[in-house]
Amino acid sequence: MLKTIRIILAALFFLGVTALFLDVSGALRPWLGWTAKMQLLPAAFALNAAALTGIALLTLLFGRVYCSVVCPLGVFQDIISGAGAGNKKRRRRPGYVPERRWLRYGVLALFLAAAALGAGSIAALLEPYSAFGRMVSNLFAPLCGWGNNLLAAGAEKAGSCAFSETSVWMRGWPTFAVSALTFAALAVLARRHGRAYCGNICPVGTLLGLLSRFSLFRPVVDPSLCRACGICARQCKAACIDFRNHRVDASRCVACMDCIGACREHAIRLRPFWKEASADAPPPEGNGNLRTPGTAARGGAGCPASAGRRNFLHSLALMLGATAAGAEAKKVDGGLAVIGEKKAPRRLTPLVPPGAHSLRDFARHCTGCQLCVSACPNDVLRPSSDWARLMQPEMSYERGYCRPECIRCSQLCPSGAILPVTVETKSSIRIGRAVWVRERCIPLRDGQACGNCARHCPSGAILMTPVDPENPESLRVPVINEERCIGCGACENLCPARPFSAIYVEGREIHSAF
Amino acid sequence: MQSPHPEKEYSRRGFLKLMGAAGVVSGLAACGKDGGSAAGEPSLGRMTYRTNPASGDAVSLLGFGMMRLPSASGRSAREAGDEIDQESVNRLVDYAIAHGVNYFDTSPAYCRGLSERSTGIALSRHPRRSYFLATKLSNFAPSTWSREASEAMYRNSFRELQTDRLDYLLLHGVGMGDGMAEFEERYMKNGMLDFLLKEREAGHIRHLGFSYHGDVKVFDWLLSRHGKYKWDFAQIQMNYLDWRYAKQINPRNTNAEYLYGELEKHGIPAVVMEPLLGGRLSKVPDNIVARLKQREPERSTASWAFRFAGSKPGVLTVLSGMTLMEHLQDNLRTYCPLKPLSGEEFAFLQETASLMMQYDTIPCNDCKYCMPCPYGVDIPAILLHYNKCLNEGSLPEDAQNPRYRAARRAYLVGYDRSVPKLRQASHCIGCGQCSPHCPQRIDIPAQLHRVDRLVETLKRGMP
Repeated sequence: MLKTIRIILAALFFLGVTALFLDVSGALRPWLGWTAKMQLLPAAFALNAAALTGIALLTLLFGRVYCSVVCPLGVFQDIISGAGAGNKKRRRRPGYVPERRWLRYGVLALFLAAAALGAGSIAALLEPYSAFGRMVSNLFAPLCGWGNNLLAAGAEKAGSCAFSETSVWMRGWPTFAVSALTFAALAVLARRHGRAYCGNICPVGTLLGLLSRFSLFRPVVDPSLCRACGICARQCKAACIDFRNHRVDASRCVACMDCIGACREHAIRLRPFWKEASADAPPPEGNGNLRTPGTAARGGAGCPASAGRRNFLHSLALMLGATAAGAEAKKVDGGLAVIGEKKAPRRLTPLVPPGAHSLRDFARHCTGCQLCVSACPNDVLRPSSDWARLMQPEMSYERGYCRPECIRCSQLCPSGAILPVTVETKSSIRIGRAVWVRERCIPLRDGQACGNCARHCPSGAILMTPVDPENPESLRVPVINEERCIGCGACENLCPARPFSAIYVEGREIHSAF
Repeated sequence: MQSPHPEKEYSRRGFLKLMGAAGVVSGLAACGKDGGSAAGEPSLGRMTYRTNPASGDAVSLLGFGMMRLPSASGRSAREAGDEIDQESVNRLVDYAIAHGVNYFDTSPAYCRGLSERSTGIALSRHPRRSYFLATKLSNFAPSTWSREASEAMYRNSFRELQTDRLDYLLLHGVGMGDGMAEFEERYMKNGMLDFLLKEREAGHIRHLGFSYHGDVKVFDWLLSRHGKYKWDFAQIQMNYLDWRYAKQINPRNTNAEYLYGELEKHGIPAVVMEPLLGGRLSKVPDNIVARLKQREPERSTASWAFRFAGSKPGVLTVLSGMTLMEHLQDNLRTYCPLKPLSGEEFAFLQETASLMMQYDTIPCNDCKYCMPCPYGVDIPAILLHYNKCLNEGSLPEDAQNPRYRAARRAYLVGYDRSVPKLRQASHCIGCGQCSPHCPQRIDIPAQLHRVDRLVETLKRGMP
């Protein structure tokens, strides 16, 4: 029963968070943003008191339920370790493994030090929610995008606007590599050792473990009933049941409730902690028909989980099939001039979205979860490849620019790295300033009238003035009023000069309004 | 006033259903055979012919324009950007000849230079006396203004068309660019016009004429020299919209009524081009469709335009750039035989034209003379998408309208589908290199910037 509830809740949370990252249309995000805001580290960075208190209370009551329900990486590991294994024949797990304190607390110390010192990328590397976000946005979102494009191609044929094409592109190799490695390592760990990551490495888990040691309700072994058969320990994902001594390590237990259903003797049950000590407690009531409810719970719990798993894998396979079919046929450009690729200029100061306030604030708060990167409809955000800011997003304008009507990243960011802005305030937040590169400018290079930057500047910061001040009829080139420039990149993106634009945006360390 | 399109709006669920149903329907459609078609096969041997007074040629009223030849993808080869589908061209030409079409009009410039060869291949399969060949001296590019280059272009046409005589040769697009000056460069200073007159004397060219677009001064000048050059025919843009509204649509253009009247005065037979304005007179706003269909429910919208063009007695032939068999069949139905417009019908069409003038369509006929834009913008695709939405009545204008959101999405999604992002109007830098090439003399950058402003407003979600 408890396991069923856990599985249902976990499925809801997991689907919610995953959909948040995979949502191609962007329509679901406003409804699902809270699933990310409930994650521990983002909530801590955002000083989200409600979420933090909620998690703390939950943990004090029932132990690390968070790890089995709220944390998408935890559920992800459960899916991996369960996938392919039949209902009955569970994977052989090591049974009980003593706590590796030096490893757990060592990692936690490293994590806290990194977070305190502002080395966000190390913190982000260890943190579960961000690791999950990176995996989904780097490894699964492209499949989702291609699937969407397949539907969009169908919709186009049917003259429908239900699906529109989206661009799928490599946003950053280092982050992709980190995600792929994380995925591989976790997959191996999860298949061999269940929740080994959660019990030994995960800093969030260790932190919650400090609380769950004192949780009110926890799986408690009744020594009078226990025959020390070890079934519970082999079922335990966290390898935290020391069945010989009738003890459960509550700091590593992820409250999955698998053991409770597994015990044939009903010796292990969710009970208040004070029952733990009393070794000679009276045998529980209803001992007579212990087998039937136990098996019923087991079967009942097994079915929805495996069905969900199957569906998930099925849809994954479908998406893979779609990619293999090569549905993304490139349209041939006949009688059209070839347009060269745009290349990103080397920006001395990186660009971060309006709402970040400053580079320092941003770097301190960002957990590198890639939610903003997945959500950016203009293909502006991508993870940085710079070592100091690895995996934290930055902006660049080769594929689009920060459109005035879009405030999606600021609405979604769960960790307060990008604080909410409105469309109105955004138009006056200066995140950067445009810089003109004389020798690339089309009027000077090709001798053609242009002014595309000035025509598209949303804040009127660009004026076209004659090259020759004496001759008002001479070709006009842009003059930038840096005071009015907000750094949106419309000029850079729409500049016809290639591969480098003749006008580009340099970031501001501290954002300001005018 | 415009009829809504409930059938054009799909919900996501409706769309998925449709995808499922599509398989079934296409299967069924393949089985069933439609025996009771209202349109019917065009009749054989009933084509209307006009006589060329210069030679006595009996020319079919429907002329085949070889500018929009089909590609393998089923669209016009110029549109799709791929190779001409010769098999389809052969089939169209065979069908046309069987139904009495005998005038085929091509140019060295059409279909990225591949039209003449394709025309030659298709026609050489028929006896030479069963058709008249028309081609042009398309020396537009300054690099072809020299006598050698122009003559080479002329001689190459013979090779491509596999013939030793051209029935009709035209000076192509006189009046375009900067008008008289360009005409002088292309035909006078290099002696090409004198050369062509000699070729006519020698019998290599049976009829010499010109096709006209743009500056009316060139047209008037050529007619004023009719005594000297003896034009055998002239090709003009004529349709019920341009008859009296060409100048109103663009002050730099001339009404077809004047052009035709001048030719008639000089006794020069007129060959009509753009009778359908590149499809703009078949893709018309819904209320215009309703108006035309009410009078002739069984005839296509296009048939009105063809009847208008063919009804004038001084018209030798009406050119239609037919890509699909259904275009050809529809036109054949109109001209086998022609039912000339009555005076009342003529007035009805003029009234229709004045109704159409209320729409702010951009007069682009998708001829692609402006292409390629050096900065990669797909000019015709942008303008046609705008016109399409305008005609469908789905141009999102009024934010108070309950359909605004749907119309806005339809415009933007459709825009991204018709034009790749990098080729959209936002990338027009306004250099203006395209405008001189436009036969309709559209101020292209101004129109592109107008579309761009509309798109920007829509993206910002503001009225």
